Amino acid sequence: MIASPFRTADADGATFVVELSQFTGPLDLLLSLIRDEQVDIYDIPIARIAEQFLARIGSLALDEAADYLEMAARLLRIKAQMLLPRADGEESWEDPRAELVRRLLEYQQMREVVDLLEHLGEERRHQFNRRWVPQAADIVPISAPLALTLTDLLAAVDRVLRTTKEPMTHDVLPRALDVAGAMTTIRVLLTRRRNARWSDLIGQDAEPWQVLSVLLALLEMAKLGELRIAQSRPFGSVEICRDVVSEAA
Amino acid sequence: MTSLAKLLEAALFAAPRPLALDALATLDPDASPAAVSAAVDELREHYDVDGHGVELVEQGGGWQILTRAEYAEVIERAQVAVRPQRLSAAALETLAIIAYRQPIGRAEIEEIRGVAVGSVLKSLHERGLIDIVGRSEGIGRPLLYGTTGQFLEQFALRHLEELPRADELAIALRGAGSAVLAE
Repeated sequence: MIASPFRTADADGATFVVELSQFTGPLDLLLSLIRDEQVDIYDIPIARIAEQFLARIGSLALDEAADYLEMAARLLRIKAQMLLPRADGEESWEDPRAELVRRLLEYQQMREVVDLLEHLGEERRHQFNRRWVPQAADIVPISAPLALTLTDLLAAVDRVLRTTKEPMTHDVLPRALDVAGAMTTIRVLLTRRRNARWSDLIGQDAEPWQVLSVLLALLEMAKLGELRIAQSRPFGSVEICRDVVSEAA
Repeated sequence: MTSLAKLLEAALFAAPRPLALDALATLDPDASPAAVSAAVDELREHYDVDGHGVELVEQGGGWQILTRAEYAEVIERAQVAVRPQRLSAAALETLAIIAYRQPIGRAEIEEIRGVAVGSVLKSLHERGLIDIVGRSEGIGRPLLYGTTGQFLEQFALRHLEELPRADELAIALRGAGSAVLAE
């Protein structure tokens, strides 16, 4: 409810902002001219001031800012009104500058307050309270420490663990390869016949461990020189035969 | 120090905002307002006389423990704490008008300053220095703005009345040829 009117104020960002200028507004500029020219604020030589005002906003490139243009127009209107003839001693004549003077005085009064606030704020800036937090629009409520017992915490953990899926576990069974057994089988086979094939050593429904055992046994025996392994052509069937040379040796 | 002064010190240390005397009095139901006031004085003197890095300051509608100004530079250089940004001249002007004329609408502020103040009001509100305090009965029921406790705190004011009265201002201007002002 409070934030909304300020959100609409974003639209004002599109208006001309003269923050970087040395003047905060047309009244500020006008006051500075009056000071520079050392004229009486109650008897402003409006023609001269209006001229200077126009020259200044021209040189400061402020003549596109509506606020300054409005003041320029106001000054010129007052100047025109001052030129109108009037009967001497006319009681009802009202100085066309009166409204401008009132605003200037009001503005000047406010500038005094600005000086005061600037002074007070500058002094205060140098003092920190226990923990200075940059002021934000939304004051975040202070988060209180947790009011929680260990039992509560454990119960919560238990609830979480219950709801999670049953973990998948694999039982890895150690299954030793029987290389020695396979070697015995191969030796027995090769004593009965000279040649053998891979398919003779491995049954149709051999398990992986058996296949592996036979393979390792063959390699081992070939290394020991008990047999030779030969393949007549690529991807052809492997022939296993007794090593005649070593046998002879 | 008396035990009451120590209690007040602890509370003032823990508090994020200035604590008023009646807030301090609730800490000890047995203590009379006079005793609380005396304990505050005792604590303030304790900081002043014994030479502490902090002092007890009355501002923003209550009492607050603040670091002494002489350490600001060093504290900031070491990046322990950062001083708040200075307000722009435009923001200060707007704030000054609101402080004196509150509750006041945007149109009146713009009339006095002679410029649009929408974005300035927004940034003052973001810094917590002003707030919406109501709506005017006028056409469109415009929002009315006023200063906050944060404003008092940031300008080291005990209360709004500590600002000089409007008729005490502009001394140089007063009484000089007020004929044109006669209405």
